[in-house]
Amino acid sequence: MKIRHIFVAVVVLLALFGMLLMVAELPPYGSADNPGQNMVAQRYINDALEDTGVPNMVTAVVLDYRAYDTMFETIVLFTAALAVVVALKPAEEEGDDA
Amino acid sequence: MRDFILKRMIAVILAFIFVYGFYVILHGHISPGGSFAGGIIVSLSFIAFATVYGIDKGKEKLPEKFLVWVESYGTLWYGLMGLVGICKGAPFLANKLAGIDLGVPGTLSSGGLIGLIGFGVGIRVASTMITLFYTLMEGDA
Repeated sequence: MKIRHIFVAVVVLLALFGMLLMVAELPPYGSADNPGQNMVAQRYINDALEDTGVPNMVTAVVLDYRAYDTMFETIVLFTAALAVVVALKPAEEEGDDA
Repeated sequence: MRDFILKRMIAVILAFIFVYGFYVILHGHISPGGSFAGGIIVSLSFIAFATVYGIDKGKEKLPEKFLVWVESYGTLWYGLMGLVGICKGAPFLANKLAGIDLGVPGTLSSGGLIGLIGFGVGIRVASTMITLFYTLMEGDA
């Protein structure tokens, strides 16, 4: 076994140790005072109809509160389609320059 | 797949799938569903057509140039809708803050910009899916 392999193993173990330490620090799952269950969700539930005028709360979040996110989601789709077309499209006949 | 029964069945139900897809897109803000799901349904109607009738006939009905056009300008449409907020002196993509009339909740024209943005996203998703399908089918052949 080369020295490089031992080095990689030590680094991986250290990273694993750090991740496990972080897991130990996580709050209990489903607890009411978790940071994830803050006032944001409550705000959406209470004010979505008034703020956006649509009864479908998912659409209100996706297309109004988080419209930036959805915008770049569509750009992700665009990029995915572009990548597939560039990678798989059969080349046109040999051009003048290539 | 050149089956007679399959072709006639698709010819009958294709229009209904198509219209239902646009229904889901346009009613995304007042009913369950949304622009992403509706776009997938619209694209499925064309994918079914191209699968049964052959990829060439599908391209006759919906040329790739048109798909590329929709794909590019759909994204631009989203950005333009965002600029409406800036023109009215509010942040980018603002809806109620920009002073747009939200209408009566539950009607088709409610929600200000949400319906327009949803329409753009829906046709973009549809054109992306059909482009992917065309490209993958071509690579196979």
